[in-house]
Amino acid sequence: MSADLGSANEATIKSFTMNFGPQHPAAHGVLRLVLEMNGEVIERADPHIGLLHRGTEKLIEYKTYIQATPYFDRLDYVSPMCQEHAFALAIEKLMGITPPPRAQYIRVMFAEITRILNHLLNLTAFALDVGAITPLLWGFEEREKLMEFYERASGARLHANYFRPGGVHQDLSPGLLEDIAAFCDQFPKRIDDLEQLLTENRIFKQRTVDIGRMTREQAIDWGFSGPMLRASGVPWDLRKAQPYDVYGDMDFDIPIGKNGDCWDRYLVRMEEMRQSLRIIKQCIDQMPSGPHMVDDRKIAPPPRAEMKTSMEALIHHFKLYTEGYHVPAGETYTAVEAPKGEFGVYLVADGSNRPYRCKIRAPGFAFLQSTDFVSRGHMLADVVAIIGSMDIVFGEIDR
Amino acid sequence: MVELWHSYGLPTAITVAEILAIIVPLLLAVAYLTYAERKVLAAAQLRKGPNVVGPFGLFQPLADGLKLLMKETVIPAGANRVVFIAAPIITFVLSLVAWAVIPFDAGMVLANINVGILYLFAISSLGVYGIIMAGWSSNSRYAFLGGLRSAAQMVSYEVSIGFVIVSVLLCVGSLNLSDIVEAQKTVWYCLPLFPMFIVFFISGLAETNRSPFDLPEGESELVAGFFVEYSSMTFALFYLGEYANMILMSAMTSILFLGGWLPPFGVAPFTWIPGPIWFFAKIAFVLFCFLWVRATMPRYRYDQLMRLGWKVFLPLSLAWLAATAAFLVFTGRLPA
Repeated sequence: MSADLGSANEATIKSFTMNFGPQHPAAHGVLRLVLEMNGEVIERADPHIGLLHRGTEKLIEYKTYIQATPYFDRLDYVSPMCQEHAFALAIEKLMGITPPPRAQYIRVMFAEITRILNHLLNLTAFALDVGAITPLLWGFEEREKLMEFYERASGARLHANYFRPGGVHQDLSPGLLEDIAAFCDQFPKRIDDLEQLLTENRIFKQRTVDIGRMTREQAIDWGFSGPMLRASGVPWDLRKAQPYDVYGDMDFDIPIGKNGDCWDRYLVRMEEMRQSLRIIKQCIDQMPSGPHMVDDRKIAPPPRAEMKTSMEALIHHFKLYTEGYHVPAGETYTAVEAPKGEFGVYLVADGSNRPYRCKIRAPGFAFLQSTDFVSRGHMLADVVAIIGSMDIVFGEIDR
Repeated sequence: MVELWHSYGLPTAITVAEILAIIVPLLLAVAYLTYAERKVLAAAQLRKGPNVVGPFGLFQPLADGLKLLMKETVIPAGANRVVFIAAPIITFVLSLVAWAVIPFDAGMVLANINVGILYLFAISSLGVYGIIMAGWSSNSRYAFLGGLRSAAQMVSYEVSIGFVIVSVLLCVGSLNLSDIVEAQKTVWYCLPLFPMFIVFFISGLAETNRSPFDLPEGESELVAGFFVEYSSMTFALFYLGEYANMILMSAMTSILFLGGWLPPFGVAPFTWIPGPIWFFAKIAFVLFCFLWVRATMPRYRYDQLMRLGWKVFLPLSLAWLAATAAFLVFTGRLPA
């Protein structure tokens, strides 16, 4: 019998299409996945984005540089300060200024606090995705403490707007360093608790080992960065590769994985939390005294007290918060190692007080685009685990 | 007329009273099991749990029930109405009728039938119909997948539960639940049949769709699984049914392995406490283990659950059954 006759007799089997999200408890925000399945096995996963698009990049073009900073908190709302960091560094590069050492230490310390914040949420939400409900609540207990540090430094728990071009907005409140040190002493115990519940748990390992594997080459080809790349065995970390602020002086290790599966990503993040603690401790020990902001009235606002007596300070303040400062024409791509991966800002300045263009590189976008590639052939429950291990936050993907 | 009353009316009235005496406390227990679950989970998760409605939040289950009662019953447009409504009723009714054969104390049982264990087994097998019907009639893909998973899961684990029960029956020599308890006067079966006790407990978790086997309603994959489209009282009936089944499973565990109403030692201070109290304490203990597991374990994946059921538990329970039979025969302890 000829081939086409045979195919005419066969009924065409249409795979089961399922709409996963955007209102789905495991979709991490507003992810919409259209899944084509054969039974429970995924044949095609089609992620749809754009449900949280707010036009951040365009909005930044219409704001002065100083007004644009808060938008960076709202990208990846789980790790706000690291993104401010990228923007602040980009502007500093264009303006050719260096923040004072104390500001650099404060920034590095808070960038690492942010990393712990992010990883705590990701790891515990990942555990929730594979069905363990308790770690999330334990993690939130600790996150709450870290949020309080945010609040004591910047006045806000989430959208801090604390890192500014030229330093940080205000100096640390008294006693904050001691409290962060106290936190660093008790936190390893909490990590141990979490590990006890998950790391060697048979069910957890069955759900994560060999799930969503990415080889070294595949991870690089798909544009991975951060823990996702390191889990695949590539020792690439911008904090080591091109140190910014005082990362160059810090002594810490980069954990890397071997198999690039969900379990390795989990382990890498767990270890990164411990390494972050090391960096925070070093920052506390070495914290220099001095100004927290560059001493340039054209960039940094004058102290409040000075404004009460000095007319010039008042004028500076007014000019800074209305017109802002002019950044010399030029362009830069500045990237930081955000908790999720390489977070970059491509900033084009035209010499005015507003950026000409601000392109944001979100690490999560690269992870999400690989969803189809990694989840093919896996089961429905694995897709949930894979998305959980990718650490996807839609604020930065949709921008 | 009087004769008619004596021969038909009175026995019926007594039976109805007995049924009510079982069902009313049972439903109350179900209500407070939800409360206990929330409290136990809260304790594991460093929270407080319900503590606002009434003293220590004790009226929370009533408030929840009232809330569900007041809600609108939504029937999806594409749903098969009859089956959609029948499914929760079946689940709920089946979880109640099983209690007819559960002995609370010596002679304290609604229907002391001599195939009690078979009856229980039949009822718990029927339970899968409610879920399959719900999953199919909802006309939703999540519900459908949930229903399919549930059917496969319950069928697989019933097989190993069956073999576990048979190995207990070999030791007892009777299918009557009261006899099974009485046979444990010397030693509870959880000791000599320890591996079977574990298999039974884990299969019980799977049978009642509890974590780590809560795939049919896998929150993070299927949202709520087979009852995703249900609301109001139809939802409440599923919920009640699920929790009543949990209590039933715990009762079966207590009867088969923990000596039912028997005290741990047949000596003075233990025998002062009446049998039903022991029975309830054992049920409470097993239920606590159910909740404890939920607080600590991640969820299995569908194929892993199947593998555990068919490739681990089934051979294990079969081998143990053969070993038990051989031991009983060769030592001459086989009950007549």
